[in-house]
Amino acid sequence: MRRYLIFVQKEFFHILRDKRTILILLLLPVIQIILFGFALSTEIRNANITVVDFAKDNLSAELTGKLAASEYFTVTPAGTVQEGEKSIQRGDADLMLVIDRDLKKGIVTGKPEIALQLVTDASDPNKARLVANYAAAIAGSSEILQDLSRIAGEKGNNIPPAGSVNITERMLYNPAMKGAYNFVPGVMGLILMLICSMMTSLSIVKEKERGTMDLIYVSPVKPLAVVTAKMIPYLALSLVNLITILLLSKFVLDVPIRGSLFLLSVLSVVFILVSLSIGLLISTLVSSQMAALVGSGMVLMMPTVVLSGMMFPIESMPLFLQVISTVIPARWYIEGVREVMIQGLGLSYIAKELLILTGMAMVLLVVSIRKFKARA
Amino acid sequence: MILKYLIEKEFKLIQRNSFIKRIVIMLPVMVILLLPYAASYDIKDLNILITDNDNTLASRQLSHKILSGGYFRSVPMAPESYDIFLEIPRDFEKSLKSGSVINLNISANAINGNKAGLGTGYLNEIIKDFIGMQGPDISIINRYNPQMNYRVFMIPALMVMLLTIVCGFLPALNIVGEKEDGTIEQMNVTPVGKFQFIFAKLVPYWIIGLVILTITMILAFFIHNLVPAGSIATMFLASALFIVAISGFGLLISNNSSTLSQAMFVMFFFILIFILLSGLYTPIESMPEWAQFITKLNPLTYFIKIMRAVYLRGATLADIAPLLGYISIFVVIFNLWAILSYRKRS
Repeated sequence: MRRYLIFVQKEFFHILRDKRTILILLLLPVIQIILFGFALSTEIRNANITVVDFAKDNLSAELTGKLAASEYFTVTPAGTVQEGEKSIQRGDADLMLVIDRDLKKGIVTGKPEIALQLVTDASDPNKARLVANYAAAIAGSSEILQDLSRIAGEKGNNIPPAGSVNITERMLYNPAMKGAYNFVPGVMGLILMLICSMMTSLSIVKEKERGTMDLIYVSPVKPLAVVTAKMIPYLALSLVNLITILLLSKFVLDVPIRGSLFLLSVLSVVFILVSLSIGLLISTLVSSQMAALVGSGMVLMMPTVVLSGMMFPIESMPLFLQVISTVIPARWYIEGVREVMIQGLGLSYIAKELLILTGMAMVLLVVSIRKFKARA
Repeated sequence: MILKYLIEKEFKLIQRNSFIKRIVIMLPVMVILLLPYAASYDIKDLNILITDNDNTLASRQLSHKILSGGYFRSVPMAPESYDIFLEIPRDFEKSLKSGSVINLNISANAINGNKAGLGTGYLNEIIKDFIGMQGPDISIINRYNPQMNYRVFMIPALMVMLLTIVCGFLPALNIVGEKEDGTIEQMNVTPVGKFQFIFAKLVPYWIIGLVILTITMILAFFIHNLVPAGSIATMFLASALFIVAISGFGLLISNNSSTLSQAMFVMFFFILIFILLSGLYTPIESMPEWAQFITKLNPLTYFIKIMRAVYLRGATLADIAPLLGYISIFVVIFNLWAILSYRKRS
């Protein structure tokens, strides 16, 4: 046992003496939480709208004023349609509102589509759709425009709406629509994967490269003990990061931990086991640090970021990608964390995720330890 | 003359490294083949639960209209399995005919706020369209991507990401790799100058980057039918500049690291920030001011803007000239710094 602890100590020294790496590893979750929490938002605000106003009357002034006053738009006037299109092409403007000279006449005669024209930059389709809707809604709220439409309706130039509807929207679990609720579980999955898999495989392969692994093999310590001793510091490091993330998200981002903390810990420990055994498996397959880096980068990080549902919704992907995503451990972990942490669900709801992860952990552990022994 | 041999040496090293060759071919194929389908905020097939309390012809028609649009699919009545929940009130048909106000309730699972926002937006549009109540009649023209295909929007950005990863990481691992192998000592005793040393390291990545760009453009054309709207030469010019900037940054990190894993994590840290704070995934205008300031110090911001403008909207060289100017500043700073930080003495 004492011998084993000395081995663990040796591994801790390895990590703690590389100040820069450990600094990055401890800072990474903090930076990610701050970036995702405060800087990154898919909400559209301050979209640049360029207005070409040929009417120059009180209605067009009101429309422009309303657009400028809303938090969604920043208005820049343009003299000609060509000028406006050019600024869309350059990427300076997201959409252009063209107000025709006969604006009022157009509305009164029931042809507002001629009087008001929106040109969007649909190269970003979601943004185009959202900003066009916002702009149309803001334009529709103009009182002068509503008065004129009423006149048009009285003249029989406009078909009055068949009914009116009052839609109440409720945003469950996340009424403020904060992005943080979605990505905190994602960041947890990514960081754990990064530290446990990448770092573990790197540290083992490094010893192979340097030849120090052979020294360990000839020592009286059993290979299995060597490997587990290597894993313990990374386990500790990832737990530190996990706690950092949870504290930051609770106290800085106000993301609640609604479910049981115990359940969350169990889920995380199982996922950490999966990641550690993937790291071990990679280290048995490759012989150079470069290969380990590239291997874990391409086989682990990319699919984890893209296919785990951390950034992009899985159900919108084509079927074959959805199938691939089922073998990615982070997918199940992130789903489980969301359910426990944000939705506050109990064990029965995450049983599926927990079972899948446990299964993965067992298979991977057995396979990687076998392979490791075979080589040792 | 020394330069020629140095470059030859770098090429030989890369050529003999089967990993790098595989990355140069496989990574672009993987990224362009799969990522546009996965990395998408295109929302479709949302799970919707419709509770129809009216159960009349009109309410069933509304349900059908919602489910047939491709945005929503019905899920069985099970708690927590739906993304959106719509309740149709009992007197829906009656109110619809009499023209009185209809009250509808929509609840969305908003853990993913973006998904919930777009989903309820679509649902609103469909309902209003069904009831015959549209907003003010403004004609909307969608330029540059009339089919509103999200993949088209992502492809130029993915090219930028690919160039950043390959031409950033490989140089970052290069010099520090020589340090670990011990070959840097041999280089240090030769009369090779700092500038020559760094320049010779840059050239191969420059060519690798341009090869990757070519592969991705060909793939984008054959797989996603995406034809560049602007001039290809302009894109190559911008990419050539950008690659020098990001490779210079990689070499700078490499010079200042002592082990491979250190270089790798430092680079990972920076590339993560570069990619997230560049407008690649989320619009810059929506960021708080301090974050918008950081985006200005990020070469990717300008390069993504260029690629989207030229590739998708056909902007000309004159349009993007100022952006090219900004990238040139990064080229000079990063590479000068890389040259100065290479020391023969340890």
